[in-house]
Amino acid sequence: MSEDLVYLGVPLKRPKVAFFELTSCEGCQLQIVNNEATLLDFLSLVEVVNFREAMSERSDDYDIAFVEGSVTRADEVKRLQTIRKNAKMVIALGSCACFGGVNQLRNRFQDQAWVKREVYGDFPIDTEDEVRPLSAVVDIDLEIYGCPIRKEEVEKIVTNLILGKAIDHPKYPVCMECKANENICLFDLGEPCLGPVTRGGCDAWCPNSRMGCWGCRGPAEVANVAQIRKIMRQYGFSEEILLDRLECFGGFTAHIKEFRHC
Amino acid sequence: MKVTCDINVHHLTRVEGHGNIKIRIKKGEVEEAYWEVVETPRFFEALLVNKKWDNAPYICGRICGICSIGHTLASIRAVENGFGIIPTEQTGKLRLLLKHMETLQSHILHLYFLAAPDFLSTGSVLPLIKTHPEVVQRALRLKMLANDVCDIVGGRRMHPTRTVVGGFTMLPEKAELIKICRRLENSAPDLMETAELFSSLDIPDFIRETEFVSLKGVDNYPFIGGDLLSTDGVEMEEQEYRMMSNEYCVARSTSKWSKLSRESFAVGALARCNNNFEFLHPLAKEAAGKLGFSPVNHNPYMNNMAQLIECIHVVMDSITLIEDLLGNGRQEPRQAVHPQKGVGVGAVEVPRGILYHSYEFDGEGRIQKADCVIPTSQNNANIHYDIKALAAQCAEAGKSDHEIEKLAEMLVRAYDPCISCSVH
Repeated sequence: MSEDLVYLGVPLKRPKVAFFELTSCEGCQLQIVNNEATLLDFLSLVEVVNFREAMSERSDDYDIAFVEGSVTRADEVKRLQTIRKNAKMVIALGSCACFGGVNQLRNRFQDQAWVKREVYGDFPIDTEDEVRPLSAVVDIDLEIYGCPIRKEEVEKIVTNLILGKAIDHPKYPVCMECKANENICLFDLGEPCLGPVTRGGCDAWCPNSRMGCWGCRGPAEVANVAQIRKIMRQYGFSEEILLDRLECFGGFTAHIKEFRHC
Repeated sequence: MKVTCDINVHHLTRVEGHGNIKIRIKKGEVEEAYWEVVETPRFFEALLVNKKWDNAPYICGRICGICSIGHTLASIRAVENGFGIIPTEQTGKLRLLLKHMETLQSHILHLYFLAAPDFLSTGSVLPLIKTHPEVVQRALRLKMLANDVCDIVGGRRMHPTRTVVGGFTMLPEKAELIKICRRLENSAPDLMETAELFSSLDIPDFIRETEFVSLKGVDNYPFIGGDLLSTDGVEMEEQEYRMMSNEYCVARSTSKWSKLSRESFAVGALARCNNNFEFLHPLAKEAAGKLGFSPVNHNPYMNNMAQLIECIHVVMDSITLIEDLLGNGRQEPRQAVHPQKGVGVGAVEVPRGILYHSYEFDGEGRIQKADCVIPTSQNNANIHYDIKALAAQCAEAGKSDHEIEKLAEMLVRAYDPCISCSVH
């Protein structure tokens, strides 16, 4: 695994990469090994020095740290700070790391003691009162969105990093990609969808399967969130259905606050 | 020589989630031996409160990255049972096909990527890419096949997009089904070579008599719904699952523990093979013979072999399912949902064992109370008592620190624990 990489005759450094997980389902790391057809090529681009889910070797010497999951306990704050210190670049991997993910659904409850009791009864359980994304604790260099992440997107980003190319996330919403795929609009099929306001880049993964978008990638830069409220109403979907989706992954937290105020 | 050792495995590798092993032996006496789960909780049961029924499968699939299909299907079954929906034959077959391919994907990942490195004395699958390229290629081929079928049937291999209460949002194309059927048929040599490889591995010699819990087969090897069964003779109906799982909290674990007739019990591939061996496909039974498995087997390391036996079963059964689907023509993919007040329970055999979801609904289908009982949380107590028994056996046999640590790690890995899932 130590041969040198060469691109257009220019030698490139193979970065040492490490994978870590905080509070999560570890699905985003699993996605890394889930693209079997290109897995070996991907592994030849980098030197994996830490990947607890798949390997026993561990090292604190790495260039890029991919961190999955949200921050929910004091020991995770410390782990994340150590990772930040060790890594040249910290990448938030997936919706939990970027926005809190489904875990942050408990932030909607005022009474966090009730949340603990509901699951553990009187058994004492250690957790912070708020589920936080990585960026609330340390500086993050790059975010990779999605629940789950798309392996193709990770491969593209890692390749661009190695080649020193800029990394641009799409500014347009999922709706654009869905139209380009010539799907029938889900609203016309009677399904609610956040495609018009959610950041693209997933190639309309869910709408392609006739499941409306739940906004796992957070808001598109050009999102008109007030308009989605009108569209939903126009197609007969309740405010509750809209809120269920907007609050599911934490990407739209700021917008929800606006809604609740008007 | 009397064994003295102090083993602390912090955040065990090649498992899903965070767990620690502690073994302290002094002059041949085990002073301390335990399994600790330190995973952070996500409080899924609370997250669901006041959410409408359609949120449940979508949110709950995200309990687990590896068995998201199983969680989605258990959640859907709980909602459907709560509302009195009976899935159509087509939906039932498609769900089972999807379930089978998750089982294959998960078992192959565990056998080749997580368990095999121990037997071949490497830290991960990475060195094997150079030293055993044909083995890695074979593993990737099987895993890719399983994942491709999940994409075609469920819309996505992880956190599926077509599986909904009432059926599917859309159906796979006929041509796609024909193609995957052929690929499944062509995977037989890879499966047989996998059996060949694993039959050559040395399974550690360790027996602890255990109670095994699974779904009860009636006329086939059970995966989705039905009665519950234990090797100690306990039988319950699906909706009585709480009396089967008996969850409780313990110190040193953010995951709950379970017990039934004894201080612990086991679920998973080994439990299923032990309880329902007669319903396995003939080729799976034949492989069992080669792998040295016959029911009831009480060696937890044999869970690896049971997983492999199931890989063969699910591939063979999937071929039959696809032939049936192709022969039956296409029905409507999805039926209407009418929420009603009540309780719904769904029991599904996921790769690591039996999984229960249960929801209590109000009249509008809003969840008032949720409960999810995870396979690994049912296994945690058994893992713990296995570690104790293993430590005692190793102390008596005069094993070295290194050997004890490796055997203990392999023991926990054999359960293929999904720790983040168990804490959820």
